[in-house]
Amino acid sequence: MAAYLLRRAGQSLLTLVLATIVVFAGVRALPGDPALALAGEERDAATLAAIRAKYGLDDSVIEQYWAYVTNTFQGDLGRSIRTGIPVRDMIVGALPVTLELSLLALVIASILGLLTGMLAAVRRGGPSEWLANGIALLGLSIPHFWLGLMAILWLSVGLGLFPASGHVPLLSDPVANLHHMVMPAVILGTGLAAVIMRQTRSSMLEALGEDYVRTARAKGLRERQVVGVHALRNSLIVVVTIVGLQLGNLISGAVVTEQIFGLPGFGKLTIDSVFQRDYPVIQAVVLITATAYIVINFAIDLLYSVIDPRIRVAGGAD
Amino acid sequence: MLSVRDLTVSFTGEEGVVCAVDRVSFDVRAGEVLSVVGESGCGKSVTAMALTRLLPPYARVTGSAVLDGVDLAAASPRTLRHVRGKDVAYVFQEPMSSLNPVFTLGRQVTEAVLAHEQVSRSTAEQRAVELLDLVGIPGARDRLRVYPHQLSGGMRQRVMIAMAVACNPRVLVADEPTTALDVTVQAGILDVLRDLRTRLGTAVVLITHDLGVVADVADRVVVMYAGRIVERGEVRELFRRPRHPYTKGLLGAVPNAEARERSGRLLEIPGLVPVLSEQPDACTFADRCPRASARCTEHEPPLENVAGHEVACWHPHTDDENATAGRPAERSSDA
Ligand SMILES: Nc1ncnc2c1ncn2[C@@H]1O[C@H](COP(=O)(O)OP(=O)(O)OP(=O)(O)O)[C@@H](O)[C@H]1O
Ligand code: SF4
Ligand SMILES: [Mg+2]
Repeated sequence: MAAYLLRRAGQSLLTLVLATIVVFAGVRALPGDPALALAGEERDAATLAAIRAKYGLDDSVIEQYWAYVTNTFQGDLGRSIRTGIPVRDMIVGALPVTLELSLLALVIASILGLLTGMLAAVRRGGPSEWLANGIALLGLSIPHFWLGLMAILWLSVGLGLFPASGHVPLLSDPVANLHHMVMPAVILGTGLAAVIMRQTRSSMLEALGEDYVRTARAKGLRERQVVGVHALRNSLIVVVTIVGLQLGNLISGAVVTEQIFGLPGFGKLTIDSVFQRDYPVIQAVVLITATAYIVINFAIDLLYSVIDPRIRVAGGAD
Repeated sequence: MLSVRDLTVSFTGEEGVVCAVDRVSFDVRAGEVLSVVGESGCGKSVTAMALTRLLPPYARVTGSAVLDGVDLAAASPRTLRHVRGKDVAYVFQEPMSSLNPVFTLGRQVTEAVLAHEQVSRSTAEQRAVELLDLVGIPGARDRLRVYPHQLSGGMRQRVMIAMAVACNPRVLVADEPTTALDVTVQAGILDVLRDLRTRLGTAVVLITHDLGVVADVADRVVVMYAGRIVERGEVRELFRRPRHPYTKGLLGAVPNAEARERSGRLLEIPGLVPVLSEQPDACTFADRCPRASARCTEHEPPLENVAGHEVACWHPHTDDENATAGRPAERSSDA
């Protein structure tokens, strides 16, 4: 197990290094002289030289890359070209909003998806299966932004149940925060819930036909234990894979959702920085997104080995 | 103690109806080993699982299985749950897939104890160790944390037995507990079963292809063919004087242990077990039977007592034929 973890950690680190290279090279490849951009109106030679010296633009590419990496890992992400605010502060402000939104969406989607999926598998052929399948199909085929707009129209504007937009920091007022977050999180989670439901249903159906489920029944276990423990645990292996693959969609979905509900999160920061050509911010945002993917993948792998002992042992053996 | 009457099972699938078990009746007495033999596909496992309704929902089961006055075929899910594992326990045919791959042995055996006994988890765990010990798994305590894939087939089968006997069942249904295991392991597992019977008085329903095993441990034998019981009796009597041509064929196909090992499975009667979609009024063995007559294809032979034990055949082997041994005499022709 330890060897496996170490190997996976090594792989993740390598991917992260590759990501920094890509981000670094990507920004260098953009047209235009950054010194010119930074100088603004005063374009005399002395100012440009001073800027080049200050930002190390005369150094070799290797040196520049090294400087970039060390700065980044020390938490220095530069300043926004537009506002002059340190990029780190912008990210520290935005990230918690997105993390909360995604986590909430993930939790809601998992609970909803697992429950309806199990129900659809157990009540096979009944109306609940039909209903669950219908909801899943709708959840998959309706785009977020439309669903989000409809929710705002009906629940916020029409019924006044939830605020249509805006955000309250979690720590300053948790209740108001949740009140603002629930609707976006549900909207963001619908697609994932549908995917989880369908996957749970099909792997559950498969698991229910397995010999070990018959063994569990033959022991005299309650149906609840047979389905909810023996069959579910095995189905989860596949469900976790699918969820892992879908988390990328969750991140991109968060970008859209934040836009609709006016949440000051990471997605909004990304879109704003792209529209404003705010290169230091773009650079940081891309790097952090890449890191998030890497960390998520690592976490999914860990989760696997917790759920499926065969992976744990196979990984530890070599 | 357990009394099965007219148990009938049919499956409705995509390829139509399969009648897997046809009006099977038998009794299991306390403390005896009743063996059910027959070729692959003749309905042994389905019969066993139908007893406590472990078959999938699309299986249609009729008839009765009465255990101490309670008809399991008509029992509520709640009653069935209390019967399963406590009164009637199973060792299934497939040791490789019958244990849950994601749980430790300790958890799976403990669970079998906790299903019917109100004891603490640590007591149940202690009992699990004793059970693993009982079925001859070395280092039982350390094995609690082991997963099924870390064990050999023989060891898994022992774990299955340990779970099955966890609550001292009255009837233990062992479905081919020794098939696919090598000879020494086989002997070990049979010893465990025999030991249980003597110590706990557990009745064992032993399903097997292996007539050598039957001769070794069984008290009575039920011979099945194409979902029906074709012959039934006390083991020595039935082996000495087999009356049904099918039984005769089975026995003829086991000349000695050496040949049995060579061929793996022992049946060398030409032809295959038919898969039936209905219950024909005829002998289902007719197209493979060297003694078949017109009557055999027109009427179903009833299971009747013929000098010593019961047989379902219009032209059963006589004692004289059995004395001269070997092949059946000429075909009877009383059509
Ligand atoms: N779940 C099922 N669905 C449909 N048909 C089934 C099912 N289980 C068994 N059958 C059919 O019922 C018949 C009897 O099967 P069964 O498993 O009882 O045979 P068996 O005597 O145990 O054979 P073996 O010695 O190979 O274990 C076979 O024709 C089989 O195809
Ligand atoms: S009834 Fe006829 S066909 Fe059937 S086993 Fe007896 S002799 Fe053969
Ligand atoms: Mg079988």
